[in-house]
Amino acid sequence: MADVKKIATRESYGNALAELGDKYENLYVLDADLAAATKTGIFKKKFPDRFFDCGIAEANMMGVAAGLAATGKIPFASTFAMFAAGRAFEQVRNSIGYPHLNVKIGATHAGISVGEDGATHQCNEDIALMRTIPGMTIINPADDVEAKAAVEAAILHEGPVYMRFGRLAAPVFNDPETYKFELGKGIQIKEGKDITIIATGLMVSEAIEAAKALAGEGIDAGVVNIHTIKPIDAEIIIKNAKETGLVLTVEEHSIIGGLGSAVADVLAENYPCKLVKIGVNDEFGHSGPAVDLLKEFGLCADNIAAKARDAVKAK
Amino acid sequence: MDATLKKQLEITACKVRLGIIEGVFNAKSGHPGGSLSIADLMTYLYFAKLNVYPDKPDEAQRDRFVLSKGHTAPALYATLAEKGFFPKEELKSLRHIGALLQGHPCIHIPGVDMSSGSLGQGISVACGMALSGKVSNDTYKVYTVLGDGEIEEGQVWEAAMFAAHYKLDNLVAVVDNNGLQIDGKIEDVMSPYPIVDKFKAFGWHVIEADAHDFDSLEKAFDEAETVAGQPVAIVMKSVKGKGVSFMENNVSWHGAAPNAEQYAQAVEELTAKLKELEG
Repeated sequence: MADVKKIATRESYGNALAELGDKYENLYVLDADLAAATKTGIFKKKFPDRFFDCGIAEANMMGVAAGLAATGKIPFASTFAMFAAGRAFEQVRNSIGYPHLNVKIGATHAGISVGEDGATHQCNEDIALMRTIPGMTIINPADDVEAKAAVEAAILHEGPVYMRFGRLAAPVFNDPETYKFELGKGIQIKEGKDITIIATGLMVSEAIEAAKALAGEGIDAGVVNIHTIKPIDAEIIIKNAKETGLVLTVEEHSIIGGLGSAVADVLAENYPCKLVKIGVNDEFGHSGPAVDLLKEFGLCADNIAAKARDAVKAK
Repeated sequence: MDATLKKQLEITACKVRLGIIEGVFNAKSGHPGGSLSIADLMTYLYFAKLNVYPDKPDEAQRDRFVLSKGHTAPALYATLAEKGFFPKEELKSLRHIGALLQGHPCIHIPGVDMSSGSLGQGISVACGMALSGKVSNDTYKVYTVLGDGEIEEGQVWEAAMFAAHYKLDNLVAVVDNNGLQIDGKIEDVMSPYPIVDKFKAFGWHVIEADAHDFDSLEKAFDEAETVAGQPVAIVMKSVKGKGVSFMENNVSWHGAAPNAEQYAQAVEELTAKLKELEG
């Protein structure tokens, strides 16, 4: 994939906000002293009057966003996933979720691919936390094309949305000419017969690579991209489970409470079948270059292929 | 203050207090002490200050009110009912299953601008509403009420910084300084004093008032109107449980409902006061 263009989805987030700012005059952006890192600085440069820095005070920022939404604005509250979903969890629950206000939360630097900053900043729990809030929509886009489309979909959706973006440059595999984002709908990237790999975010391109490697060995692996983790597309999960009878989930998030758990819920209640979960196991991350960390934690095509191979053999 | 208006407000405040007692008694739980301490303030706001419209509760240019000390919802509900946002009968099913009136303010109740109750969060939302009004050149003002125990929450000071930084002079935050919180006197539990100096240090224009004197409240809110470029904090000295003799300054009435006998006594005292006022 050496010649594939790579863009971090946080960059896509900042660019999308700046591009959509003209079309949606009601769009406002808040940040908590991280505009350079979350890339909302791109919006700030173009629309200085619609950007408000809240300083290092995420709890207050979520409340301010709620107040803007309660008076008709569409605010994007931006900070790292750790502080959006973690530190400000209760503000998001009570000031945004409970009154079901039209706040969009742009959470960047999710997962261990934060890299060198280490465990304090590597948020592997945000999807789990946000899933528990009634009425919260959760989007975890896989590449630049999907991330930009997701930002506009979030604007058009009435209600709170948690959007998850990464720091690491990710391969752009979707075609901007043909790509369509449908909130709550998974995307069948490849049909399969032996196993279905269900991936989200940064792991989708790894899943595609794993499926290619498996094909070379005679294993027909399907690939599904779940960009909307809540509400989850149960239909596509059940359909694939019926076709392959074996599901593998992969996410750059704790194996507790994330995509794997959401898929397990769907399967257990509708079509019980063998499920293999790849994610960050019940442990904290640590410092290191992002790509090395992803390999170490098994969040790479090689490990996905290996786990899939073992599961197919054990069928 | 005009004598007729003052008399009318005193009568309404008495009815609001009766509504608070009615609600908390029928709920068999709730927070009468801090509700009674803001009964006069709520009456002043809704009957002499706020531009709100019971027949059009969602009117875009209405003044906004956020009860940051959301546990004193009975005071808000009794006031909204008195103002005509919903029938007073609703107070009798406060906190009941399937009832309109939730234990803490809920945005879906007519006249309630924001869900609140998790302390420290309402003032941030009020900041957002005020900022929104500023950027759109709206005419409405935003009012919020905080408990003196509530300001122990760190988020309050994040919001205080924010409001001053963005010069939200369309925001008024009232601190209900009744001196008591669940575990005891605020200065014994975790002193937030000096409250006035703290808000001043955070860049606010601070006004002190007597929470149970309509002349004092009017003076404070009139002064607030004249302030430009700064948010306004009104620190009002109040009596927890004000208006019901056995509840006054007694911390055990922070979060307890009266029994039938106590209810009867409270109603008797307030009804006698009402009769005296109505002459």
